[in-house]
Amino acid sequence: MKTNDVILKTTAQVVFFIIFLFSIHIFLAGHFAPGGGFVGGLLTSSALVLLLLAYDLKTVQTLLPINYTIMTASGLVLALGTASIGMFLGRPFFKHYFDHFYLPLIGDTELHTAMLFDTGVYLVVVGVTMTIIQSIGGDD
Amino acid sequence: MNVIVLANILIVLTISFGAIFILITAIGLIRLPDVYTRAHAASKSATLGVMSILIGVFLHFWLIEDHFNPRILLGILFLFITGPVGGHVMSRAAYFSGVKTWKGTVKDELKPEYERKVKETSLKIKE
Repeated sequence: MKTNDVILKTTAQVVFFIIFLFSIHIFLAGHFAPGGGFVGGLLTSSALVLLLLAYDLKTVQTLLPINYTIMTASGLVLALGTASIGMFLGRPFFKHYFDHFYLPLIGDTELHTAMLFDTGVYLVVVGVTMTIIQSIGGDD
Repeated sequence: MNVIVLANILIVLTISFGAIFILITAIGLIRLPDVYTRAHAASKSATLGVMSILIGVFLHFWLIEDHFNPRILLGILFLFITGPVGGHVMSRAAYFSGVKTWKGTVKDELKPEYERKVKETSLKIKE
């Protein structure tokens, strides 16, 4: 029997954006507040899992045509590249740099290369979680 | 009375209102007879209780500690959207997996619709 789940689908559409924005917030706030790449990545993948629950695997894959294996690999490359910046400048491996920049609209901002490393962690966490869930869920 | 005392009264009122509502939810979960009435108790009053506790926390940090925290407002919005939908989805799953309603139930408006759907689907399978 085909069930009518319009309430679940509509709610998932709205709630997806709330969870996704909150995960970006957690990810960006990671340096000065609780949060960071790992929690942000898990929240993003939970938003994607909510879409997978409300719709099916095929719909979500056509909606977001992302190859999560490549996402994991690029996250690892980003993390390794950030960690080896110091080596090319004659400093030890994993040496991080930061400085204050003046950005339009935001103002004085402290930009740190740990952020790039965190982006790598974020991509790896989203990629690994979604790979696990899709390969367990997609039996057909 | 100064403003701090008024703010504290407001905070205490909202938080204790929420705690009482959560206690009422727990009593309802024990006392009510079947899944559907329990889902009714759990999804409505627990959502309201948690929301008013969060409002109390938000007001405390805003009025007393001078820190406006929009994450709590986002949490209130999130609970307001997802709490009732969770109750709805659970009751539907219970109904479609054949959980009987309480013996004192007088009206089941989903039943004819459900049987019609089942009959249509079985006809299609036969064809």
